Amino acid sequence: MKYTFKGGYHPPDGKEFSEKKSIEKMPLPKIVAIHLHQHIGAPSKAIVAIGDEVKVGQPLSEAGGFVSIPVHASISGKVKAIAKITDAGGSKSNAVIIESDEKDEMFEGVGVKVDYSNFSADEIKKKIAAAGVAGMGGARFPTHVKLSPPANKKIDYIILNGVECEPYLTADDRLMQESPDTIIEGLKLMMKTVDAPNGIIGIEKNKPDSIKVMRDKTSAIDNVSVIELEVKYPQGGEKQLIYAAIKKEVPSGGLPMDVGVVVSNVGTASAVYDAVALNKPFYERVVSVTGESINDPKNVLARIGTPSSELIEFAGGVKEDVYKILNGGPMMGAAMYEMNAPVHKGTSGILCLSKENAKVYTEQPCISCGKCVTVCPLNLLPTDIQLNVQHGKYEEAEKLGLMDCMKCGTCAYVCPSKRNLVHYFSIGQAKINEMKRDAK
Amino acid sequence: MDKMLIVSANPHIRSKASVTKIMHMVNLSLIPALFMSYYYFGFKAIFLTLVSVVTAVVTEAGIQKFRKVAVTVSDGSAILTGILLAFNVPPYIPWWIVMLGSFFAIAIAKQAFGGLGFNIFNPALVGRAFMLASWPVEMTSNKFWASPVASFGAKTGPTMDAISSATPLNLVKTALKADPTQETVKIISDAGVSYWDLFVGNVSGCIGETSFLALLIGVIFLMILGYVNWRVPVFYIGSVYLFTWAMGYDPTFHILAGGLALGAFYMATDMVTSPISNKGNIIFAIGLAFFTVAIRIWGGYPEGVSYSILLMNTVVPLINKFTVPKKFGYVKPVKS
Ligand code: SF4
Ligand code: SF4
Repeated sequence: MKYTFKGGYHPPDGKEFSEKKSIEKMPLPKIVAIHLHQHIGAPSKAIVAIGDEVKVGQPLSEAGGFVSIPVHASISGKVKAIAKITDAGGSKSNAVIIESDEKDEMFEGVGVKVDYSNFSADEIKKKIAAAGVAGMGGARFPTHVKLSPPANKKIDYIILNGVECEPYLTADDRLMQESPDTIIEGLKLMMKTVDAPNGIIGIEKNKPDSIKVMRDKTSAIDNVSVIELEVKYPQGGEKQLIYAAIKKEVPSGGLPMDVGVVVSNVGTASAVYDAVALNKPFYERVVSVTGESINDPKNVLARIGTPSSELIEFAGGVKEDVYKILNGGPMMGAAMYEMNAPVHKGTSGILCLSKENAKVYTEQPCISCGKCVTVCPLNLLPTDIQLNVQHGKYEEAEKLGLMDCMKCGTCAYVCPSKRNLVHYFSIGQAKINEMKRDAK
Repeated sequence: MDKMLIVSANPHIRSKASVTKIMHMVNLSLIPALFMSYYYFGFKAIFLTLVSVVTAVVTEAGIQKFRKVAVTVSDGSAILTGILLAFNVPPYIPWWIVMLGSFFAIAIAKQAFGGLGFNIFNPALVGRAFMLASWPVEMTSNKFWASPVASFGAKTGPTMDAISSATPLNLVKTALKADPTQETVKIISDAGVSYWDLFVGNVSGCIGETSFLALLIGVIFLMILGYVNWRVPVFYIGSVYLFTWAMGYDPTFHILAGGLALGAFYMATDMVTSPISNKGNIIFAIGLAFFTVAIRIWGGYPEGVSYSILLMNTVVPLINKFTVPKKFGYVKPVKS
């Protein structure tokens, strides 16, 4: 049986730069900037003041609501400022700036093994929330919220996303090979919280080493299976992964839990384990620092808040021909205005692309070739939606499924006229959201 | 670092596909058909094609210069219109008619609509319709059709009065009108034409339309590259076969004769003027077959391919509207 979805496209994946590079620990940064709002939901509220001494893993803020999580100090030192800092997406928001004392002292209890075998579902969820765990695949949705479905939604499956279909990125691939046990333990913990009878780990076929490791490690576990997915972007999209794994369509406008599923990234599972078993908050993550325009591509374990420029330097610095630097993968990542933007909880990669590869094209008129329609994994009409947005017909675009679009970029990738489809979808979605807010 | 970084929307990488590449590949794929037209009709075929292509390119460049917009003739689409227009005329038509037709196709059917991507009709077919309306004699009279040159290289080209002859479609239509009980195979074989001749193009007809074989080679090349939606030609030709068979006509003759191959492979598959979804394309193709057969059997003209394509071009927006694909995870709206 082939595990995949309808539509999609496989761009050259550029994994060769870093797939064989073991995860290296970054040297401690001298200074970090930790944004208070680095997840979907309400911003967290600072609980430290300028001048405070903080230690690694110490909470810097408290959740600003249920759909919110705290952030934690990623180095030990002194809070130098709480100021508006440009994030990787280009917008400014409050961040706690910590200057290192270079001691790397742990906060009380952080990293201490805990016997969690008797933890109740609620206790596990509380731990996850307190540790500030959010989806590490990019969307950064607070994990404890995902694990709190309403009582009438029965969860049958936890699906771990080890697809990593974004070209270039290899962070999840490496993590699966280097710490499979924590991922699997994390999966079990998540299954426990929602009482899910089954666990599935989905990995794209182009990661045979990861598949092998995960298969070996799960062979003795009855209710956890590893599936090999066809190599196609965006196989790692939540809806595509669910469809591939259990052949169910998440309803338009709905959530995975509507078909009895919670999807989580493999990295997130590992963070869940750290939070529960090691009492270790989410203050570091694996990042692929790669691309054709970096000298020595690497996978690194970086502290949250480290300036991207330090990761780039650690990977040998950029080459002459660097043109774009991205936070995330080439299909959905954000182009950065400055190299200093700090690593956040969703930073799966820092990608340095050359002009040759990341060329910005001038749009040509749509020739109705239908390529975008063929590849759209959600079966939308990208060209029609785009033209409607361009002409200000937002309602018309919405009827055609504008709000379903996940901005995966597959349509724009294949378009021979190089239409900036996703750009218009962003504008359109923002506009519709604005209109909905105004209507309220 | 003082280097300027570029910021733009995702995706940050793009495929190598481009409109220019598509158009040039389509042009390239027409070489076998052009070669066959030279083989059967002599140098005149090449000459008319050249006249048409040059006129199309010059017209497009001129208009774009005049409108002060970017000149895009290098994208190959004007060349394509030029070739297709020439492929739709009889071999012995005066060259200036082709020139005017090509001018009309680009100026009116393409540029007046706003250029590539905005035209509703296939420009080459509009050019043909214009020539047919303005010079009906030159476009249809037997005088301007020619039987193929007997053998390649033996002559430089037939003289006009020597070998003028009716197209097989015309021949059969006239004969059947006189006596509907006749067998189509018999009618054409009496005129010295076999199915094989129809297949390779060894018959009288428009410059580029006669060789089913050469056009088939071209379109298969394009299908492999993914530039042609196979559903259009397959459903178009398939339905013509079915309809003519159901009505008691010779289906093999009807798919091999006339401009069906050229129309189904190259005109109906024009991306700009055909529907966008697969379902839409199938409906489009079946509609084309219906009108083609209707015109061939009941209409005033022996051939109906180009008019049915123009006709169906007008309903493409409608087809698109009714064939919006069902989105992933579609939920029926609850009636309130
Ligand atoms: S960006 Fe939106 S419209 Fe384009 S392929 Fe992805 S989901 Fe479809
Ligand atoms: S891929 Fe581009 S040119 Fe083709 S239909 Fe879509 S938007 Fe138009």
